Amino acid sequence: MTLGEIKKSLLAAAWFMFLTFPIMVIKVNTIQKTVEWHWERLLYVAVGGFVFSFLWRYFLRRKQGGRRPAAPVETDEPEAVPAFQRLIHDRRFAMPALVVLGLFVLVFPYLFSMYQVNIMTTALIYVVTGLGLNVVVGVAGLLHLGYAAFYAVGAYTYALLNLHFGVSFWLALPIGAALGSVFAVILGFPVLRLRGDYLAIVTLGFGEIIRLVLENWNDFSYGPSGIANIPRPKFFWFDFSLEQSAVFIYFLMLAMVLLTVFVTNRLKDSRIGRAWIALREDEVACQAMGIDIARTKLSAFVMGSAWAGMAGVVFAAKTTFINPASFTLWESIVILCIVVLGGMGSILGVILGALVLILLPEYLRAFSEYRMLIFGVVLVVMMVFRPGGILSEVRRTYLFKEGLSKDGSLS
Amino acid sequence: MQPILEIRNLCMDFGGLRAIDTLDLHIGQGEIVALIGPNGAGKTTVFNCLTGIYKPSGGEMLARSPKTGEARRLNGLKPNQVTENGLARTFQNIRLFGSMTVLENIMIGRHCRTSAGISGAIVRNRATREEEKRIVQDSYDVLKKIGLARYVNEYAKNLPYGAQRRLEIARAMATDPFLLLLDEPAAGMNPQETDELNELIIGIREEAGITIFLIEHDMKLVMSLSDRIYVVDYGKKIAEGRPEEIKRNPAVIKAYLGEEVDA
Repeated sequence: MTLGEIKKSLLAAAWFMFLTFPIMVIKVNTIQKTVEWHWERLLYVAVGGFVFSFLWRYFLRRKQGGRRPAAPVETDEPEAVPAFQRLIHDRRFAMPALVVLGLFVLVFPYLFSMYQVNIMTTALIYVVTGLGLNVVVGVAGLLHLGYAAFYAVGAYTYALLNLHFGVSFWLALPIGAALGSVFAVILGFPVLRLRGDYLAIVTLGFGEIIRLVLENWNDFSYGPSGIANIPRPKFFWFDFSLEQSAVFIYFLMLAMVLLTVFVTNRLKDSRIGRAWIALREDEVACQAMGIDIARTKLSAFVMGSAWAGMAGVVFAAKTTFINPASFTLWESIVILCIVVLGGMGSILGVILGALVLILLPEYLRAFSEYRMLIFGVVLVVMMVFRPGGILSEVRRTYLFKEGLSKDGSLS
Repeated sequence: MQPILEIRNLCMDFGGLRAIDTLDLHIGQGEIVALIGPNGAGKTTVFNCLTGIYKPSGGEMLARSPKTGEARRLNGLKPNQVTENGLARTFQNIRLFGSMTVLENIMIGRHCRTSAGISGAIVRNRATREEEKRIVQDSYDVLKKIGLARYVNEYAKNLPYGAQRRLEIARAMATDPFLLLLDEPAAGMNPQETDELNELIIGIREEAGITIFLIEHDMKLVMSLSDRIYVVDYGKKIAEGRPEEIKRNPAVIKAYLGEEVDA
């Protein structure tokens, strides 16, 4: 702890005091019309800022110390992966953990209250949308800021088809996915030649257009007042009570998560999946290697949006009421945060990301005033210390049993 | 024998700047041809026109596959279509897929020779499984040929520089080309790596029968490797011929060293 570091931390503390002064110190009592001064809080901020800046520097140093040297070196040892990540890929640990997790998930609705089940169902919906967006953003590298629009397409598909034609939930599910894909193609064609920031802006605009249409086209979507009394899903001819229905949707979502994981996992190491990753890594090289980038981009868009459409149908069925306010830009950003925070391209990472980002705020209701603050701090800290997300993507390795190859090394 | 690549009157304008000016060029099957010239002479632009990254403002580009003997106009093709036609390239500044393993980089090269789609990947039917197995095996064979087999599961970004350059060549080879376009393959290599590269390129020609068209600044490499050399300056062809002719050509010497000014 050198003098210079103390000086730096003091400066940081002073800066924090200045920044938080208006919200921490001044409190206006609107009833008595007086101003209360909480000077002691300034002290807390100062101490907190001072300690925090030390911790920050400590972790930053640790992170930089632990990193492999920037210059590529020839080593035979595998790349250093975090202990947690190694543990997950160790079968002896992963298998029992999976069994325990599976059992817990199955008995979950019978152990906890309906409130908990509902929260978990919401989180599972976000897992599915997160995994869907992961295909677009995490794997194919197409920054998509209008994802909630496809979610809305799914939800409104079910709500409107049911309202007008009495279409059942089960039929609406594939229709929602199909319509999500159709809208993805509609959006996809004009943006195929765009990349990076430009793509982000256009998708953002598209998302807003869908929301504004839903908000203003009263004859079609019933405007901001939304559509109510959307029926919950039935299982053949069973009529569920409210509680049973919640449990049923929970299991339904669970099945959908499994399906999503299954599909995205299979795609990950397939010919198409590799093309998506190549697209993310380098568009020019990707095309020069014979990959039709227009088709590849479009397929990623369609694949990702189909999940959003399906999740939207379930969302409508779960809440029984939808209006455009559920599909704002904020929704797209939350899903994007799930992907980025969880780990771009990593399936397990995205699942963890969704659970953390959706469940934490629910259980932190006590701190509801500071929710956004915590959310922001978590994002900043994560991006500084683990830019790859909670779990970063690990590529498949292939084994070749040929012994010594020509250049004398083990292959 | 008919040339496998023919460029006639190629022009490329960027606004008012003429980067390539009525360039004529032809390459025969099995040749190693070099394109040299001072910095900014338009060499890479020629490659970019050939591979469909730029649309040339004028001229004709024809590729004739030695297997079928069929000629194909390259003008207006997209980069991926050019690659499908049997022309593969590497890049001056290395453009590997860094977060993919070495093997996967090669497997991308096999993409245009295979066909499995999304549904095949999800269902994993027999055809897809067998194709996937073939992709892995073919890719591994390419890696062994290029001498990168020991890096097979390394991330491409972690490879030493020389190996990255070789991997780019390997990836291009995986697309089954008849003509390989190498854009400064020896850039940044030490003398030993350059010698290895020399052997590699000759090996590719001898064993795989692939014709090679390269841009290079390392004159030692160019002179020892090439059958014929084209020299361009300010987008114009100023000389062509065998290495020993080029070495003595006054126009080439002038372009590289500048003109003597009488005091």
